[in-house]
Amino acid sequence: MAVRVEDAVPVEATARSAAPPPGRRRSLRSVVEIVLLAVLLVVMLFPVVWMLETSLKEGRDVYAVPAKLLGFDVTFDHYKDVFVQRGGTGASDLAVSFQNSVLVAGLSTIIATVLGVPAAWAYSRFTLKAKRDQLFFILSTRFMPPVVVVIPIFLMYRDLSLIDTKLGLILIYSAFNLPFTIWMMKGFVDEVPSEYEDAAMLDGYSRFEAFHRFTLPLLVPGIAATAVFALIFSWNEFVFAVFLTSSEEARTAPPAIAGLIGGTTIDWGLVAASAMVFAVPVLLFAFLVRKHLVAGVTLGAVRR
Amino acid sequence: MGEISIEGLQKRFPDGTLAVEHLDLAIGEGELFVMLGPSGCGKTTTLRCIAGLERHTAGHIRIGGDLVDDLRPSERDIAMVFQFYALYPHMTARENIAFPLRAEGLRDADVGDRVAEAARMLRLEGLLDRRPGRLSGGEQQRVALARAMVRHPRAFLMDEPLTNLDAELRADMRAELKHLQQRLGTTMVYVTHDQVEAMALGHRIAIMREGRLEQLGTPLEVYDRPATLFCARFIGSPPMNLVDVELTNGALTGPGGLAIEPPAGLVRGVRLVAGLRPEALDVTDPGAEGTVAGRVVSEEMLGDEVIYVIETGGTDLHVRMPPTTHYGSEAPVGIRHAGGPPPVYDPGTEQVVA
Amino acid sequence: MGSIRAEGLRKAFGDVEALDGVSLDVPDGAFFVVLGPSGAGKTTTLRSIAGLERLDEGTVHLDGLDATRAAPAARDLAMVFQSYALYPKRTAFENIASPLRARRLPRADIAHRVRQVAELLHIERLMERRPAQMSGGEQQRVALARALVREPRAFLMDEPLTNLDLKLRVEMRTELTRIHRSLRGTFLYVTNDQVEAMSMADQVAVLREGRVQQTGAPREVYERPANRWVAGFVGSPRINLLSCRADGDRLVGDGGWSLPRPSWAAVEPGRPLLLGLRAEDLSLDRRDEASSLDGELYAIEPLGDRTLVDVQVGGVVVKVKARPSAGGRPGERLAVAVDLDRAHLFDADTGVAVPR
Repeated sequence: MAVRVEDAVPVEATARSAAPPPGRRRSLRSVVEIVLLAVLLVVMLFPVVWMLETSLKEGRDVYAVPAKLLGFDVTFDHYKDVFVQRGGTGASDLAVSFQNSVLVAGLSTIIATVLGVPAAWAYSRFTLKAKRDQLFFILSTRFMPPVVVVIPIFLMYRDLSLIDTKLGLILIYSAFNLPFTIWMMKGFVDEVPSEYEDAAMLDGYSRFEAFHRFTLPLLVPGIAATAVFALIFSWNEFVFAVFLTSSEEARTAPPAIAGLIGGTTIDWGLVAASAMVFAVPVLLFAFLVRKHLVAGVTLGAVRR
Repeated sequence: MGEISIEGLQKRFPDGTLAVEHLDLAIGEGELFVMLGPSGCGKTTTLRCIAGLERHTAGHIRIGGDLVDDLRPSERDIAMVFQFYALYPHMTARENIAFPLRAEGLRDADVGDRVAEAARMLRLEGLLDRRPGRLSGGEQQRVALARAMVRHPRAFLMDEPLTNLDAELRADMRAELKHLQQRLGTTMVYVTHDQVEAMALGHRIAIMREGRLEQLGTPLEVYDRPATLFCARFIGSPPMNLVDVELTNGALTGPGGLAIEPPAGLVRGVRLVAGLRPEALDVTDPGAEGTVAGRVVSEEMLGDEVIYVIETGGTDLHVRMPPTTHYGSEAPVGIRHAGGPPPVYDPGTEQVVA
Repeated sequence: MGSIRAEGLRKAFGDVEALDGVSLDVPDGAFFVVLGPSGAGKTTTLRSIAGLERLDEGTVHLDGLDATRAAPAARDLAMVFQSYALYPKRTAFENIASPLRARRLPRADIAHRVRQVAELLHIERLMERRPAQMSGGEQQRVALARALVREPRAFLMDEPLTNLDLKLRVEMRTELTRIHRSLRGTFLYVTNDQVEAMSMADQVAVLREGRVQQTGAPREVYERPANRWVAGFVGSPRINLLSCRADGDRLVGDGGWSLPRPSWAAVEPGRPLLLGLRAEDLSLDRRDEASSLDGELYAIEPLGDRTLVDVQVGGVVVKVKARPSAGGRPGERLAVAVDLDRAHLFDADTGVAVPR
């Protein structure tokens, strides 16, 4: 074995107690680790914290110089403005765009999942002509940033009268999410041994029944993880939304929020509050399926 | 120089499991010492403590007389071979073998000599410029062995190195390993769960169970006289027949009235279990002299021998017979014990009593 | 009512030919074992007969009826998988009942039959457990029960004992033989363990690289192997193979040894041959001046009831079966007596056995 036997230690050994290094070196490593992590934490979280504060500040505090980190009056007016028309009743325009986001992201995720799962299963179970090439082609559609195809899509939509419609967005998001759901779900389906279906078929069930009764229940965590990823993409999507929609009726939240920035005066409090409201659903979903997210990201990475 | 002494070794894991419970072993210089047992018995943990990959919680380990408890693995002058070869995939076989020597800073000429020597001993000469990806399982394992050998360590520690190979290759590598160890004369501590491997390789075998030593002895000692019922069940295929016996009038009687020559020193009136090896029993035509009546439950024709399961007095006995024997299924037969006095056990303590 | 006839099965996965013309004739009620190393095509053969794989060429007849195009559910075959394939979220009872439920049998019948089978396999107390709560051996019995409960035309078994430890494997071998005898069903059993094949089979088909090398009773396959691969695969330890040529009335080995040419071996001089000698046909005890090999002790492997002595003869290590007490030091010179009547000769190029 290599001179430094400890270098070749299999994974389990590091989980149990390995010989601890001499005391002095350990504390130095920890101090450096802590400092680096702290710096990283500050850098990553500061913009979020600032945004949160901005959403709660009175207008004048937003522009205050020197910037007020603490010790300002808290107001929830901006949050109210996100949902309620200013100076009156009824839903604000932003509220409509949030509704559109929910509809568009939700439906496109459902479509991509409902179509993606059976496709992934087919790819996993059957031998198909040029399967590897097909799968690579499917994956390759994700290499391309949406901005590259947005002009052709725009022209196509114009001819199809899909410009400025929610349907148009739903379709394009479904199309973009589908390759992703297929690719990710295939990984999950691969993990479920096909023998369950074989055994069920020999028992007397049809292929579909076998899939439905025995494989599908085992895929639920995978479907959840995949759906959340698809949802996150659709929810946050900006380029298509901004190019393919313009009216308040069809616009989703990202372009609507971006639209607040511009003109003579910018209501930063409103911008911050809308951004916070916008971020919350995704954070919630991700939190709910956090265990499955790890599985989805690391799937197939470790060779057993 | 390469003798290993384990005194009162104990390993308790942080979660409380006691993997090794007070183990004493004295491994001789140049010995091929095997630790055998089912998974979880503590054999691998003991090996890793000797290597320094685990820190034992009590007891002492000496290698070549030196206390190594606080030494790092690299400071113990031992080499380890794992089940999964662990060859560097981006280096050729030659570079893999040379790696530990270069890490030590040996001169190029010396490195070349040692690599050539190891390659010759393991018949790797034509394969030195290949990458592991282009080597078969057996060849990769030989490269792993060569890499361990070049350091001329005081002892080799082997963690089930043959388990990953298919049956045919395993049998070949076994003979090679044994031959190699005897040629090198280096102490080797070998861990396995395969009792055939243990018997074939070990000068002495330590059978372990749940962190404790069940028996220590040469292969023949362990085979002819297992120290406990656990050892009796573990060693030998087909397994040793463990039958209830009675001592009456100086004669030992087994199931169906089977007459067994009693060993000396048995106590009358105590419930006993005798260990009868399949080759110590004979199947004959019914009614032959000295036999009791039995019935053939199954007949396994294995080519160079036939294994019978004979039912007599309500007990099933495995019997090894020459390949020319043939008794059909359900046939009535005679069965007798043809061997010498068998080991006899106390069913309560599970220890051998005679 | 359970015969299986597979003829000329061909199946390729991409450009890998898994089956290259496999033909099997499994009579009703036989314990038929397909033996071969991993990758030989055993599992593919079984799956093709079950209908889980579509064949490129060839036919499958079940009880004389052409089932080549039939769906798995229609073939009335039960299968026990290597990984058991027990439904993880169902109890043992539900697993065993599954095939009966699929056929919509009434509840009471299902319960009765499941209980019967559970008794046969001594797993009554496991009925409410999930697979995760059972040991490997217990899972295996449940998988077996699931197959048995259907009373199918035939049982297909894909290396069912591979994942069990040695002791359980020996137990289950006897158990399977017992079940086969009492059910009198057709068992088509696939394995890479030649001991399993030898001990359980009525007939063995040795498979290698998608082709059947030889079919016959275990004894026949052992004593009259059709080629060097069958000889090498069946029997433990593996048969010793030594390269040699015929030269007049001698066999001359590449390593420099020489033995008298067996009378039954009609081979032309100079043809490259392989001499097959089983370990039990070699001896260190017997003295035979005429037919013996000289060599050096390589290693001693005590196995308890016998000792394998490895002897290096002309550059090749030969295994000899010896008494349990046999010993020696590496390097010692030894003479190995050879029983030429029991030897085998194979053509070195084609591997085919030289007929006696």
